[in-house]
Amino acid sequence: MKALRKGSPRLPDRTGHFGRFGGRFVPETLMAPLIELEQAYGAARRDPTFRADLKALLADYAGRPTPLSFARRLTERCGGARIYLKREDLCHTGAHKINNVLGQGLLARRMGKRRVIAETGAGQHGVATATAAALLDLECEVYMGSEDVERQSLNAFRMRLLGAKVIPVEAGSRTLKDAINEALRDWVTNVRTTYYLLGSALGPHPYPMMVRDFQCVIGNETKRRLRESVGRLPDYLIACVGGGSNAIGLFHPFIADTEVRIVGVEAAGQGIATGRHGASLSAGTVGVLHGSMSYVLQDDDGQIAAAHSISAGLDYPGVGPEHSYYKEAGRFDYASVTDAEALDAFQALARLEGIMPALESAHAVAYAMRLAPTLSAEQVIVVGLSGRGDKDVQVAAKALQSR
Amino acid sequence: MSRIATTFAGLRRRGARALIPYFTAGDPSLSATRALVLEAVRRGADVIELGVPFSDPLADGPVIQRASQRALASGVTVARVLELVRGVRGEVPAPIILLTYYNPVHAFGLKAFAHGAVEAGVDGVIVADLPPEEADPLSTQARPAGLDLIHLVAPTSPPDRMRYIARRSCGFIYFVSLTGVTGTRETLAPDLAERLRQLRAVTTKPICVGFGISTPDQVAAVAPYADGVIVGSAIVRLVEAHAGSERLVAEVGGFIAALKAPLRRRP
Repeated sequence: MKALRKGSPRLPDRTGHFGRFGGRFVPETLMAPLIELEQAYGAARRDPTFRADLKALLADYAGRPTPLSFARRLTERCGGARIYLKREDLCHTGAHKINNVLGQGLLARRMGKRRVIAETGAGQHGVATATAAALLDLECEVYMGSEDVERQSLNAFRMRLLGAKVIPVEAGSRTLKDAINEALRDWVTNVRTTYYLLGSALGPHPYPMMVRDFQCVIGNETKRRLRESVGRLPDYLIACVGGGSNAIGLFHPFIADTEVRIVGVEAAGQGIATGRHGASLSAGTVGVLHGSMSYVLQDDDGQIAAAHSISAGLDYPGVGPEHSYYKEAGRFDYASVTDAEALDAFQALARLEGIMPALESAHAVAYAMRLAPTLSAEQVIVVGLSGRGDKDVQVAAKALQSR
Repeated sequence: MSRIATTFAGLRRRGARALIPYFTAGDPSLSATRALVLEAVRRGADVIELGVPFSDPLADGPVIQRASQRALASGVTVARVLELVRGVRGEVPAPIILLTYYNPVHAFGLKAFAHGAVEAGVDGVIVADLPPEEADPLSTQARPAGLDLIHLVAPTSPPDRMRYIARRSCGFIYFVSLTGVTGTRETLAPDLAERLRQLRAVTTKPICVGFGISTPDQVAAVAPYADGVIVGSAIVRLVEAHAGSERLVAEVGGFIAALKAPLRRRP
């Protein structure tokens, strides 16, 4: 743990690795463009104008900072630690995804790319990308697994309203994994004119680093607000992990604060033992998917397995490489929550706090509800409420009906 | 001298070029692939490229994606592809190279893969998502085992990268003719000859051109600038069309003979 205290080595290293994870496992066609992107991002990050533009958009367009709400009735119900919610659901477009797309959208424009492509699972990143593309006058096409188009039809429609083209992907499991494959194939083909606006902290370097940096606003705001209102650091940080962008954004600013326990919550789906889940870190093995080395769900022959989760955003057989690194370093812990537990938390938060969380975020809420009663009333849990649940009403209704 | 080096040296002496047909191993079955490989060699193939299927082949277009799915559905694994090679090796003098993605190789074990491949009679491997920057763990195993790790040069590779890749690539250099995924195209990239000249200026290693080449005319157009031509999707599409038919081997054999014809002549 010593290495994780302040002044710890900056990760990823120059080659885009987080220890043995990360890297750039892509067709040669993408290597030079990724190096160009890394350089363009490095220059943008150092440019005060870029930083000021992004800050202004986050404040005046996305609605930041987002509140840190004390969940009084949920805390009382659980009987234990005080539960706070970092309200990314109140961002414009209803999820944390907007933080990243505004950053990358500005970068795309700066690089002179007029066309952006994106993948989406739950549709939140697709909607956010379509939104940023409208705002920044970029042409936008979004790849979405056809099963996700069906279960998240509202978001597919929202993207079209925003002027984006939604391309349903019929290959493979017809979910997020296949949408990323198809977006990468598009990028391989149109790389000279097109910016790939990846939505999570995964993929080849520099995406895991860049997306993390854009999402760190979540953790930085949380830290500042806690200092003002509670006067100290939290005991626990909890966030759901699919690809892991909202989690790394909340967690990263606290890595050196070793007294803060950090827990990522994966989708246990129908139960880890059933094999129908999305828990790459809890039940996967190390491999290469979508351009980086990380934990993945795969069979003994290295074929990628299908994930399952009631929430489309967690229905992914991989995870960002930085999560794999901090899992092995022992800094982050990972737990998992089933579809049924997430649904219970979805309802509990709606009834107790008047907040309908995204089914993804409901996984983090469910784990907090499990954890809080084991802690004392002086302790503080912060839950990353990554998105709002309006998009999930149909899925939830169907699942609750069949109970 | 390796089988790959001997093959290209012999072709150069005769002023001929290599035809390198690609088959997805196990599409539609491993026994069919065996018959196709034997026929391909009989009809003029100089090097055989066998695809080891991966569930998420992001450098491949729809034709090879479908072939990979069919092969996986028929139970193809790295181990079974190596068995296939071991079985044909005695009857096939031509080099055999595998084309795959990193994850199946990684899952098999890098050392086990390098040694198992060579022991089965594999001469080289192309890993579509393994650029030289990430290749040290595999090349450290492949080199002492005698397995050529072949790297790709893409249309987006700038001159300094071309030189770097050429230095790292063993056996030959796989020159990707177009910016995109595998699959047939109507026309060849207009700057193909110029870029091949650029690569030729920085290396003496054999250069083989692939991606998008699907007709004897296209093969003839590329021949003057290359040491070999790789044809994949056009063959796989033919396999798809005739899978399960008695005509499969004859149809593919005829196509391979037609592709080879322009490569027999001194350009």
